[in-house]
Amino acid sequence: MDVAEARAAPAVAALPIRRRRGAWAAFARHLLRDPYALIGISIYAIFVVVGLTAPWLAPYDPMEILFTADGGLAASLPPSADHWLGTTNLGRDIVSQLVMGTQPSLIVGLSAAVAVASIGTVVGLLAGYFGGAVDQVLMRVTDIVLGLPFLPFVIVVTALLGPELQNIVFAVAVLLWPNAARVIRSQVLTLSQRQFVEAARVTGAGEWRILFVHVAPSVLPFSALYGAFAVGWAILTQASIAFLGFGDSSAISWGTMLQDAYASQALDRGQYFWFLPAGFCIVLVVLAGFLVSRGYEDLLFPKLRDDT
Amino acid sequence: MPYLIRRLLQMAFVLWAVATIVFLMFRLMPGDPSAAFIDPTFTVEQQQAVRAQFGLDRPLPQQYLIYLGNLLHGEFGLSFRQRQPVLGMVLEVLPNTLLLTLTALLIAYAFGTLLGALMAWKRGGRFEAISVPLVLTTRAAPEFWVGMVMLAIFAFGLGWLPSGGANVAGAQYASEWDRILSLDYLRHLALPALTLAIYLQGLPALLMRSSMLEVMREEFVTMARMKGLPERTIMLRHAARNALLPLVTAFALGFGQSVGGNVVVENVFSWPGLGRLLAEAIANSDYPLAQCAFLLIALVLVLMNFLADLLYGLLDPRVAHGRG
Repeated sequence: MDVAEARAAPAVAALPIRRRRGAWAAFARHLLRDPYALIGISIYAIFVVVGLTAPWLAPYDPMEILFTADGGLAASLPPSADHWLGTTNLGRDIVSQLVMGTQPSLIVGLSAAVAVASIGTVVGLLAGYFGGAVDQVLMRVTDIVLGLPFLPFVIVVTALLGPELQNIVFAVAVLLWPNAARVIRSQVLTLSQRQFVEAARVTGAGEWRILFVHVAPSVLPFSALYGAFAVGWAILTQASIAFLGFGDSSAISWGTMLQDAYASQALDRGQYFWFLPAGFCIVLVVLAGFLVSRGYEDLLFPKLRDDT
Repeated sequence: MPYLIRRLLQMAFVLWAVATIVFLMFRLMPGDPSAAFIDPTFTVEQQQAVRAQFGLDRPLPQQYLIYLGNLLHGEFGLSFRQRQPVLGMVLEVLPNTLLLTLTALLIAYAFGTLLGALMAWKRGGRFEAISVPLVLTTRAAPEFWVGMVMLAIFAFGLGWLPSGGANVAGAQYASEWDRILSLDYLRHLALPALTLAIYLQGLPALLMRSSMLEVMREEFVTMARMKGLPERTIMLRHAARNALLPLVTAFALGFGQSVGGNVVVENVFSWPGLGRLLAEAIANSDYPLAQCAFLLIALVLVLMNFLADLLYGLLDPRVAHGRG
């Protein structure tokens, strides 16, 4: 080992780690400094806690048909101490449905985020680093996916594979990963020209090692951003599919609640307590994702920054 | 190769790929596609004759070639339920979808552009602090739910507007134009168009805001300021006009996406359009109809993507036509 290499080696070892810390530390600082991002994170935290403890929080079984003390059906009751948001036209407790409905939304949102971020990152890394055929295929696949209408595609996929949540996640991931891959690819293209990658190459690091140890950590914040985008899209898509009646009707979700309210003439009868809360919950969860990712986007793409 | 020809070839490739994906998806659908045409009283020979008529007795690759050939000839098959050509059924509702989309987009872009320009102008003030989160909220709200709230308030609560459909049931019109230009149609169009517009205005508003902020940093704006032009003139004449460019492509892209994205709004308001037809066809397992509706939605999307790409290159001289 000559002198130059000996001096390069520790620097190479330290750089990616420092870069990785730098990226995540910047993310943490952004969260603390940006009040919107803090609000977003807090909303997420509340829904995650509600989702995890839903079976204990829900006062009733969300599907149970309830009866009043005098034996009559507890149908379309207005809000009261027993039923904070009243009951459905079939005598089901709305608060319990709302609380249990948190689970499918969070499951769909988080799994779509993981799927989009991981597929997008791996393909983006390969396309950006190796170029050539992988790159060409990625570009053509992106074109094709942009030609598929979003919601109609998800509807057809659920008709084909079944209404289960994982099929909705699959369809959403198919449509969203190419965006993430394209952005990560261009990041990799610029990173490959950077000195620390060059330095790693000089010290004899293999291509795969450079890619996954030196380049990959620097693009992870971008993966996280595209994962965050996917959360909102997936939750809105699942709700829409459930509303259109192509979802899993046996599982309570905010979308099925709204479909139930719509089909049972809750709008006609002005049962606002039935159909407003579920919508507000969807808005809050999706908005939380926007609030977290918005400022973070400015941080990652300084060109788009407009605070001058 | 000239840019336009390369882009056209690329579009043809995408159309072929989408058609192939559609073929595979609908061929894998559960159930026998010919079952709807086979009566239990049919003899085995008759059943086979029906299958042969649909080409279902042939190997899959051959079916695929027949399918592609039929598409090129505009043959989309017969509806399982209505027993009539699906293309006619789809084309019949297409104007409703296009009108709904166009109306909503025009409202959304007129409002969104103004809002975005204002947000950039009043940057850092209370107006921006309120409007940006508000715009984000409209983008986070599920369209079908916004539609439900609209229905509850304006149709059922106040009784101002009809709750669904495109025309009063049983109304007779001399021509399609008379129907569309009637006040009745406009009253039916109002709520779905407004619902869609509430969602759609967020993109032009945010785009216009960042585009304005970018333009306001450019030299010619500084120059105008140095010349002592009033702030209002600078904003309207100089900044806003140049900042509009990215919105033109966004409009074209938005049109393509909205034709397919209308599905939920059309269903909430029972608007007789492509999206509602698609959802109904799938719920009824009427696959030829669903396939035709899907292909048409995809065709509009691909054409609009193509148009947006062309406009982008035409309007922004900084974009070299050499990109792939």
